[in-house]
Amino acid sequence: MESIILTVENLNVFYGEHQVLFNINLKVHEKKITAIMGPSGCGKSTLLRSINRMHELYKDVKVEGRIYLKSEDIFQMPPEEVRSKIGMVFQRPNPFPHMSIYDNVIAGYILRGIKLKKEERDEIVEKNLKSVGLWEEVKDKLFKKGTFLSGGQQQRLCIARALAMNPDIILLDEPTSSLDPQATAKIEELLVDLKERVTILIVTHNIGQASRISDYVAFLYNGVLVEFGPSTKIFTTPENKVTEEFLSGKFG
Amino acid sequence: MKTRKYMDKIFKAGIITFSILTIAPLFIILITLLKWGINALNLDLITKIQRPVGERGGALNSIVGTLIITTIATIIASPISILAGVYVAEFPDKLISKITAVSSRLIAGIPSIVIGIVVYLWCVKPMGGYSALAGSIALAIMMIPNVVTATAESIMMIPKDYREASRSLGANFTRTTLKVIIPFALPGILTGLLSSFSRIAGETAPLLFTSFGNPFLNLNILKPMSALPLLIYNYATSPYREWHQIAWGASLILILIVFLVSIISRLGVKKWKA
Repeated sequence: MESIILTVENLNVFYGEHQVLFNINLKVHEKKITAIMGPSGCGKSTLLRSINRMHELYKDVKVEGRIYLKSEDIFQMPPEEVRSKIGMVFQRPNPFPHMSIYDNVIAGYILRGIKLKKEERDEIVEKNLKSVGLWEEVKDKLFKKGTFLSGGQQQRLCIARALAMNPDIILLDEPTSSLDPQATAKIEELLVDLKERVTILIVTHNIGQASRISDYVAFLYNGVLVEFGPSTKIFTTPENKVTEEFLSGKFG
Repeated sequence: MKTRKYMDKIFKAGIITFSILTIAPLFIILITLLKWGINALNLDLITKIQRPVGERGGALNSIVGTLIITTIATIIASPISILAGVYVAEFPDKLISKITAVSSRLIAGIPSIVIGIVVYLWCVKPMGGYSALAGSIALAIMMIPNVVTATAESIMMIPKDYREASRSLGANFTRTTLKVIIPFALPGILTGLLSSFSRIAGETAPLLFTSFGNPFLNLNILKPMSALPLLIYNYATSPYREWHQIAWGASLILILIVFLVSIISRLGVKKWKA
């Protein structure tokens, strides 16, 4: 039996007066890849950013409803704790340019002021760079700046940075939209490998990508969750006509 | 058609001429300074303190004074103006932030002699006498606007990606600011610090009523202290040829100090960026 790690209940999000998400209810399965799909501006990123409370960095954003991580209400937890349990990878690779590759992996610990012994640091760096398949490529230049890497390598470094905090969930906001096809393929492979360790929630524009890697698909349209279910079902026999039109490329 | 071509050429010739005209003063200043100052440069200048005419004195006390007064001014001004700059950049909509931005620009417009008089009233009188510290405070006030603006501008140029990356790792506002935002903006902040350092190193007016000047070598910042601009001002207006020479030499040293600080900090920024 698969367990549910994250439950979104009656989520409404407003930008000022403007409502962008309407009554979203969603259950995310543990150690699976759930893809959030939908046309531009449908609220995919907003949904993702509510889950680790990143929306709170911007004023005028109001969130109603509840989100539970396992059984804990994330809006009752300190935001720093929520974010260390729910990591995030962004659209553009953003390793910290003033830090070395090594420091970028343990950036979460450095930035939160958590002191680690040298052996612990070395272990975290090696383990997570290996997880993202970057260890062999960078082990001789760990103390060089992360910005010397290629776009795809930088994005994998960012995934390692998120993984290093041992999160329960990783949120990825169109992580391959700025990468070339080869780098994209590598990241997709990596995500499939990673789901043994962590639950993955990915926003993607790319229908092919969602069908290749996801176990579940949530289809959002105009701020409403139109359809949610196993990918095999959504991609073969969608229940909703809008979903079918989107997946067959009639709009997007 | 022909006239249009000529107009084009005349215009181009015009902008070239005027751009050369703007470079000219710099070269004239440097050449004059080198011509007069080189002859005055000798070991006495940097090893001896001021002496009465005929006793071959130097400018050691003023060189040390300038270094001490400007360093303390930088130490006072940096934290205040960097933190104010952070606030201006991070909370641009807040009333205090807007007032801070406007008032720092207003400070920049206050004549330096006025700042000198005000610091005289605030510090020199209550403290019971002229002091290097009062001079540093006056110069610190002059540094603030430049550094606030430089800090705020370089922070506003940081893409929001990095701030979000830091927050998404669970770092709070304070640690994100100290560990990501300020290091990131450091080259810009340093450039601001540098240009204001160069500016205050040559200021005479705010020091006249504050650090006052001192013919002896003094390291106590609670006592009057000499500085290169004060020495240049006093010696250049004196009737003695020998003192004029020292004033030229002191001018050259002042410029060298500014250049040196500028080169060292630029190298520092380069190394940090690599």
